[in-house]
Amino acid sequence: MGRARKLFGRKAVAAASAAALALVAGCSGGDGGSNGKSKDGKTVVTMGLFGVMGIKETGLIERYMEENPDVRVEVEVAGDEQTYYTALQTRLAAGSGLKDIQGIEVARAKELVDTRADRFADLSDAGDTGHFLPWKLSQVTTGDGKIIGLGTDIGPMAVCYRKDMFEKAGLPTDREEVAKLWEGDWSQYVEVGKEFKSGFGDDGVAYMDAASGLFNAMIYGHSQQFYDKDGELIHQDNPVVKDAWNLAVEAAQDGLTAKLRQFQPGWDPGLANSSFATAVCPAWMLAHISEKAGPANKGKWDVAKAPKGANWGGSFLGVMENSPVKEEAKKLVAWLTAPEQQEHIFKEIGNFPSSEEALESDTVTGATSEYFGDAPIGEIFGAAAKEIPDEQVLGPKDGTIKDTFSQGLQLVEQGKSPEEAWNTTDERIRKAVD
Amino acid sequence: MATSTPASGTGGPHSGAPAGVSEEDSAGPPPSDRRGPSRSRPAWSTLLHRFDIKTAPYAFVAPFFVVFAAFSFYPLLYTSWISLHDVELATMDVMEWKGFGNYTELWQDEQFWNALLNTFTIGVISTVPQLLMALGLAHLLNYKLRGSAFFRVAALTPYATSVGAAALVFTMLFERDFGMINWALGHIGIDNVDWEGEKWPAQLAISSIVIWRWTGYNALLYLAAMQAIPRERYEAAAIDGASRWQQFTKVTIPGIRSTIVFTIVLSTIGATQLFGEPLIFGQGPNGISGGVDNQYQTLGLLLYEQGWRNYEMGRAATVAWAMFLLLVLIFVLQRLVRRLSTRTS
Repeated sequence: MGRARKLFGRKAVAAASAAALALVAGCSGGDGGSNGKSKDGKTVVTMGLFGVMGIKETGLIERYMEENPDVRVEVEVAGDEQTYYTALQTRLAAGSGLKDIQGIEVARAKELVDTRADRFADLSDAGDTGHFLPWKLSQVTTGDGKIIGLGTDIGPMAVCYRKDMFEKAGLPTDREEVAKLWEGDWSQYVEVGKEFKSGFGDDGVAYMDAASGLFNAMIYGHSQQFYDKDGELIHQDNPVVKDAWNLAVEAAQDGLTAKLRQFQPGWDPGLANSSFATAVCPAWMLAHISEKAGPANKGKWDVAKAPKGANWGGSFLGVMENSPVKEEAKKLVAWLTAPEQQEHIFKEIGNFPSSEEALESDTVTGATSEYFGDAPIGEIFGAAAKEIPDEQVLGPKDGTIKDTFSQGLQLVEQGKSPEEAWNTTDERIRKAVD
Repeated sequence: MATSTPASGTGGPHSGAPAGVSEEDSAGPPPSDRRGPSRSRPAWSTLLHRFDIKTAPYAFVAPFFVVFAAFSFYPLLYTSWISLHDVELATMDVMEWKGFGNYTELWQDEQFWNALLNTFTIGVISTVPQLLMALGLAHLLNYKLRGSAFFRVAALTPYATSVGAAALVFTMLFERDFGMINWALGHIGIDNVDWEGEKWPAQLAISSIVIWRWTGYNALLYLAAMQAIPRERYEAAAIDGASRWQQFTKVTIPGIRSTIVFTIVLSTIGATQLFGEPLIFGQGPNGISGGVDNQYQTLGLLLYEQGWRNYEMGRAATVAWAMFLLLVLIFVLQRLVRRLSTRTS
């Protein structure tokens, strides 16, 4: 706060800035990550994952290290995919801080294929890739045939519901009969919700967790959501999106939702404290529900066939081109995504295989889930997987647009008019995409 | 404040000339010189010495300025360069010249004005109570009391916790359905407040995180300043019949005025750059957009959203510069106000 005084002459400034430039020039190193060797001479492979991908949770890593004693695998898991992807993008731009293996969510696949394919190693020669579902592999294949990731799981859908609450509301509890209630049409699912609400008669429990879950379930039953095949944005005119929006808005305005935000705090206590009766659940959500609803609610949840099949989510594992242990990392990814390991993950936590071979195996088709009242999840999700459209058009900003629509529906849940919410959503999408 | 004491910082200049070094250093005649002491050419050692005196200070401060230039000044300039272009994060090497296009877009962007207003309101409801509470706390700590050292350390502990940890815990406390705060409010008959979803509750909740973290820190700054006030002033005031309260307002406050100004400056900078608390409070996509309705999106979050969700580096850089200019503007205004108030008093 004192007087400004002339601190130094021009020469000193020149010297300082020259030194600064030297410093900056010295900072442009290559890729970071591990240097590939640990102190005990083992090859170290690092992985960056998100959510519950089942790789760390089902003991596969330990098994791999047992079978390959000269390798050590280090896994870092981020809870929230949006946060994870932001960090991944930043690191890709900086060219440092990347792991050897990075998880890729399907909503980001297109963007990475379009803008970052050169940073990923080609995995077409990593083991046998013939066992994957054809559409799964095509989502991460560039124009010139480079494969930037191998599929872990896909997201065929069902509806998870609480038997005890259905009983209290005077609805059937058997999974066959429940599936019949809403067979063939998502609007039936909302109708059942109205029945549930009048039958249950307690405001503390909502029929479904969030309007956005219903919205996602509906749009992913079609091959095009936000983009057409030419990569043009069509969210504004696509009837698929409009119908899903309208139905989700109806559910929100009828007070059928718990107004929760999926995968965010609040959703988990909602599961633990039983504040909603149903959730549209892709296969990978089973792990989340059983973990967060906890042992206290074991056997209360069950799984019923959804009105219409769809694929919501699913992931890949990619290897970074500049990884010092590229070959070792490729080997690990090929092993982790091989049919046997995919079967194992499904059996353990319910992430549904993206490998055709795996999903036809007896392990998968005959699988039941103890937590969900011994529901035949293999059968239910297997049937749902067959209904997934063979072609799914992805776009570069799918993930961001999906999040923006979720927020738009939250606006409705908070009492904004649907028109206003739709316009706000549209405006935000244009801002994010152009 | 109609006191007649001159504001701090405008005191006399420090006469910081190094003493004891005169021009002609009597180092005795050089031994090789037989024509007597020459005054035309100073000896080599003298030159060296003078060089040392003149340049050593620069050498000592150079490390800081080199680091500052590399990590603050250069990024500042580079950011301004980026802000004049259309740049995507994925392709930082492809820059399309836009001139001041980003700035005019920002000026017309409702979201920017909303973020600016939010930054201001959250700044006010976090800074004002925080500094007032800090002042009160410091005043209490200034009395002789048992275990004062313990209380002083305790006051600083929130400051020592990380933003992330503090914000996470507060987020759980402010949770809508099963949070402790709503549970407590339920006991006195108040319905659940949607702390995250509604505008003012959200801004209050975020402010509470800031207040919790910084009150103790500012209190200690005030305390240090208070302890530098000579006891005699209080004694004199007491003899004049001043009450405790009068002593506080007439002796303590003027005595720590410069520190108060300093904390206001610090808090203003902090409030303008508020980022971590709302980001973690909102969680995931809502954290980045500052609520579904941008109801608590600050300038920092707007910068992050533009840069790391939409990958529009040019726009993000523009927001960064807007924040910088905003701070400059605030301090220019503050100087003006002070100059006017000293003139009128």
